[in-house]
This record gives sequence, C-alpha cells and structure tokens, in this order.
Amino acid sequence: MSEVALRNVSKWFGRTLAVDNVTLSIPDGAFVVLLGPTGAGKTTVLRLISGLERSDAGDILIDGRSVAADTPARRNVAMVFQQYSLYPHLSVRDNLAFPLRSPILRTPEDEIARKIRHIAEVLHIEHKLDNRATELSGGEMQRVSIGRALVREPAIYLMDEPLSSLDAKLRAELRVELKRIQSDLGATVLYVTHDQIEAMTMATHVGVLDQGRLVQFGSPREIYEAPVSLYVAGRLGLPRINTLPAEIFAGAPKGARTIGLRPEHIETGAGRSTKVMRVEHLGDQTRLHLRLDGHDIVTLRNGGREPEPGETIEIHPRNPLYFDASGQRIA
Amino acid sequence: MAEIVIRNLRKEFGAFTAVRSSSFKIEDGEFFMLLGPSGCGKTTTLRMIAGLELPTSGEIYIDGEEVSRKPASQRDIAFVFQMFALYPHMNVRRNISYPLVSQGMSRRQVSEKVAEVARILGIEGILDRPVGGLSGGDRQRVALGRAIVRNPKAFMMDEPLGALDAEFREHMAEELRALHDRMGATTVYVTHDQLEAMQMGDKIVVMNHGVIEQFGTPQDIYSKPATMFIANFIGDPPMNFLRVRGSVEAGATSIRFHQRTMAVPEMREPFDGDMVVGVRPEHIRFSDSAEIRGQVRATEYLGTTQIVTVATENGDVKARIASGIYARTGENVGLEFDPATITLFDNQSGRALRSDLNEGVLSHV
Repeated sequence: MSEVALRNVSKWFGRTLAVDNVTLSIPDGAFVVLLGPTGAGKTTVLRLISGLERSDAGDILIDGRSVAADTPARRNVAMVFQQYSLYPHLSVRDNLAFPLRSPILRTPEDEIARKIRHIAEVLHIEHKLDNRATELSGGEMQRVSIGRALVREPAIYLMDEPLSSLDAKLRAELRVELKRIQSDLGATVLYVTHDQIEAMTMATHVGVLDQGRLVQFGSPREIYEAPVSLYVAGRLGLPRINTLPAEIFAGAPKGARTIGLRPEHIETGAGRSTKVMRVEHLGDQTRLHLRLDGHDIVTLRNGGREPEPGETIEIHPRNPLYFDASGQRIA
Repeated sequence: MAEIVIRNLRKEFGAFTAVRSSSFKIEDGEFFMLLGPSGCGKTTTLRMIAGLELPTSGEIYIDGEEVSRKPASQRDIAFVFQMFALYPHMNVRRNISYPLVSQGMSRRQVSEKVAEVARILGIEGILDRPVGGLSGGDRQRVALGRAIVRNPKAFMMDEPLGALDAEFREHMAEELRALHDRMGATTVYVTHDQLEAMQMGDKIVVMNHGVIEQFGTPQDIYSKPATMFIANFIGDPPMNFLRVRGSVEAGATSIRFHQRTMAVPEMREPFDGDMVVGVRPEHIRFSDSAEIRGQVRATEYLGTTQIVTVATENGDVKARIASGIYARTGENVGLEFDPATITLFDNQSGRALRSDLNEGVLSHV
C-alpha cells in the first residue's frame, strides 16, 4: 500500500471546469471519502487517479512518483464501480481469479489459489466459491466484485458509489463489512459518494467537493463540528442544520449574516418564543417542527414533557455557528 | 372528508392470495400509512379502497356507506400514482383544470378553483408554463394539484415520492405533510420506506405476506412491536435480537438465561422454550458492571450519536450511544439494557410475549 497525492490538479470538459485546482493527499492506509452532490467532480477525481481521464493541469503521484503519463494498467490501481459487473458464466472462484490471470500480472496458479482463499475468508464467501455468479444475492455479488479488486493488492482502491444500488438494510451491513475489510488489510481507499451516512461512518478523512473545488478536508468529526462554510455545514447532519438570519438571536458577532444551528444545539426553556407546528415520532428520536419569525426550525426533543402542536415554547442556541454574507464561517 | 372502515378484506389473484383478511379503521382527516416490503399486499389494499380492484370478499365503508362493489368514479376518491402522469402537450393550468372541465364545471368556477389550488401548492408563478420543462418537484406539485382540485373525500397515494432522490424526497415529504395539515383531508399512503411512514403518518398499518402484522401509531409500533418482523423492519439499525433459552412465569419481572438474570417489564403470560430478547439500539448503554459483555467490532460515527457493533456470545448487538463516548475496536465492554423497553418474543412464531409494556397495543390474544 502507498500514499497517493494530487497536486493542483484541474480538468476541463469543454467549457466546464470539472475539477478546479485540487490538492489532496491520501495517506497510506487511509479511508478517504469524497462527498458532494451530483456534478461536484467526485467521480472525475477518481477517474483522473485511475488514468481513465487525463488532467489538464497539475500532477498525480503514487508513492512519490508521478503517474500522470502512465496508462491505467501501469498505475496499479483497482476500481470498484456502482454496478457490479461479474462474468455470469464463471464461478465465484474464477471471477476472483480473473484479474490475477491477466497477461500483465501472470500470477502462478498456486499463488492465485492462496490469494483467493484469503480474500474469500475476509469477505465471508468461502462457502460460495464454486457457485455461479448468477446464483448469488445482490449483496454477495457486490462483495465478489469488491473481492475482485482486493485480490490484486494495488496501491489504492478507487470505489465509485459501490453500495448505492443495494437496498437500505444490505447497504448498512456492507458499510460495516467494507470498513472491517479495509482495516484488516490496511488498504488505502478513495471512496466517492453523495451519501452522508457512508461518509461519516466509514471515512478516516472526508473531502468535501463543491463545483470541482475541494472546500474542506478532515476527519468526519471535524467536518461535522467545525465546517468552514454554510455549504459544508449542510452536507453532514440529519435532520439538516437550521440556517436563520444571524440577528434572530442576540449575541451574533459582527459581520455575521447567518446563524447555523444543528437540531441538537437548540435548548428549550428560555429565549425566544416559537410555535410548535408538528411533533414527529421517529422512534429513536422525536423531532419538533417549530416556527419563528416565519422561519421553519427543526429540533430534537431532549427529555422532559413533550409539547403539543400549537403550543409555544422558548428556545435559545447552544454552540451556534456563524457565517458571513458569502457563506464563510466566521465564528 | 371521510372515515374509511375496512372489514375482513380479502383478495385472491388465481391461486395467489394477495390480501388475506384485513380489518382496520381510518379516522376522518388522518394521514394513514400502508407500510411493508414489496409484495406484501399494500398496493392491492389501496387499489381496492380506490375501486381499481374488486375484493374477493369483505367490505369497505366510506363514511358509513358500503362501496366495495361500486366503480371508482362513484367513490369520490383521488389517486396519485408513483409515476405521476401529466398531459405533456398542456400547460400547468390546463393540466390542473382538466378534471373540472371534464365534469362540465363553468369556466369562472374552474379558474377560481385552479387559483385556490395554485396558492395552496405555491405554484401561482408557473401556471402558464408547459409541463415539459418543469423540475421534478414542480411536476409532483402539479400532479397533486390535479388531485386536490376536485375536492375529493379522500386521497390515495401510491409511493408518490418513490422516484425522487433522497434529499428531495425528504423535502417533498415535509411539504406533503404540511399540505395535509392545512387541508385536513383523509389520506391513505402506500410506502415501503419505514422512515417515511414514521415521519409522515398519524397511523401505520404494517403488512407482510398479505397479513396485517400491526396497526397503530408510529410510536407504538416502534416501541411495542407485535412481531419480530415489525421489530426488524422498523428502525435503522433495527431492534437487536438476542436468542436465549429459558422460561418465564406470568408476573415475573426478570428472566434467567446462561446463569444470568435480566430485568424485563412485568410479564403477562408464561413461556418456556426458545426466546428472543429484543432491545432497541438507543436503549443500550455501556456499563463496566454489566453482565452481558462483548468485544467492539465496529463504530460508525453519525454526528451526535454513533452506532457501536459489539460481538456478544448471543450474537452481534448494535448500540446507539453519544458520539462523545470513547469506543475502540477490539475493546471489551459491558452492555446494560433499559429494562422497561425490552420486548420478549417467541422465537418459533415470532410473536411478542404479552407484558406490562405492550399488552395495551397487542391485538392478538
């Protein structure tokens, strides 16, 4: 495994700047998640590292060596795509062996057998090795296609929303699995998603992309607790952060235009009077929908008596985040 | 406005029974959810209420009148489908007014109604636009407008948000619920998304294999599940199941298994055999003195909370705890369950055993 670095990388598609001067370092053994909405440039970054796209500016280094001029095959990276593409006529074993038997790698058969045994163990699919690929469930198929990337021991694994085609329960299971596999193998992973739960739960580092620019890079906790901008603050957290005019509560610093309040950072019992519009019971949490000066606010009930819709309750902020007119964080 | 009562409703398609014997009551003005996995019979139930499908047997009452054999057009119900179909060659105004014009309503009345509906939905500004260039949300609003303009007794919605992406779905769900709160019309809504059902519904019917597993408020269904299916289908992560062998007497407040004692809500029925202890992730906390112990297998950071997976001798257990609490993979921890929230199940049948916690909501005896 090895370190992968992007230095001032840019990529144009016609007149669109898809990746805008991105500098990023993926440490050895890290699980880096690139997070952003559709069109933010996540997949393009992945394709630039794999060599499926050529950058227009900047350099890409794997273990300190520039690979910008290398073909995809020579870069020693492995990709896992959203849609698993297994060979339906081959067994699970042959699907896993396929990349190792490629003319470039030409792995000896006893070595192949050893590697497949190991990967099958890691993926918990030992008992399915002789099944046809078509006889597997969706989750097993995706595990095999991840396994096909894993057998190669590349410098880095590049994964493009590999869980997005699975149903919710399976996705939750494979999130934990993938994280376990990565840490068992000490693999370096760059993972692209628009799903904030995947980013928060699996990443050692999260990179937030906005229109091709890398706007923040840090641990999930840093991104959640100390976002650099309104845009970043809105990417993590469910229910979403409440954003209101800064002067709605006393104490806003100079230059503040917007106050950002996470639902769990609204205290009740003193402060401004708000009307309870609706109470939502989600089982593990109860959400209160409030209305203050024409703005909707969502907060979580934290013990105590539950208010009725139509009732008035007092609220005040705890740990507020303040942003200036351009959306940059100032306090 | 309508109260809808379903009694012993059954539907067979050839040899396949889609709905076995459903009975439930939808109160006037309720936002009512039919929830379940695909193939459970929820859409068939909805279609029978709307009159798009004839039941094999059973009755449907709308405001006291038995309508199960009446055609859809005589039931005064509006249906919103998953794939909301608009007339592509008409503008927004004509799409919305179409049902009224075809009823022969006067032009002045039509334009008043359309203006009112447009105001409720916040789409006054796009009335003269062609529907072709509209965003997904606006198309959804126009489809809704066409349903509400007729002022029907009730709305039937079949996964109306199913085709939207996650972020937008959440937004539209809130909008739909707010619209319902303003209009107060009885709404029956089909979904397979448990979070959507919990979030929007006043009441939920959970179906599985054509059978109603439970009927009640979101909170009761979540915290007092009638079956293991419900406990596993509702909640993310779902309820933890610990499989144990043991016996309880009626009146007992604890169970014994593997030489351990665990406090539970006071039991209302005796049981002996393979049991399942059910506990929700947020009702577990770490405690050094706890008897149930295990090794931390994974942690998942979620902002305010984290999900910690712990491997115990009774299987994996997921706990939802504050993200400030330190939990490291490989560490040995003790788990304490909040005894008042525990549900015991019969492992064979999957049904919840009656206790002080759930006896008020369980319909089975």
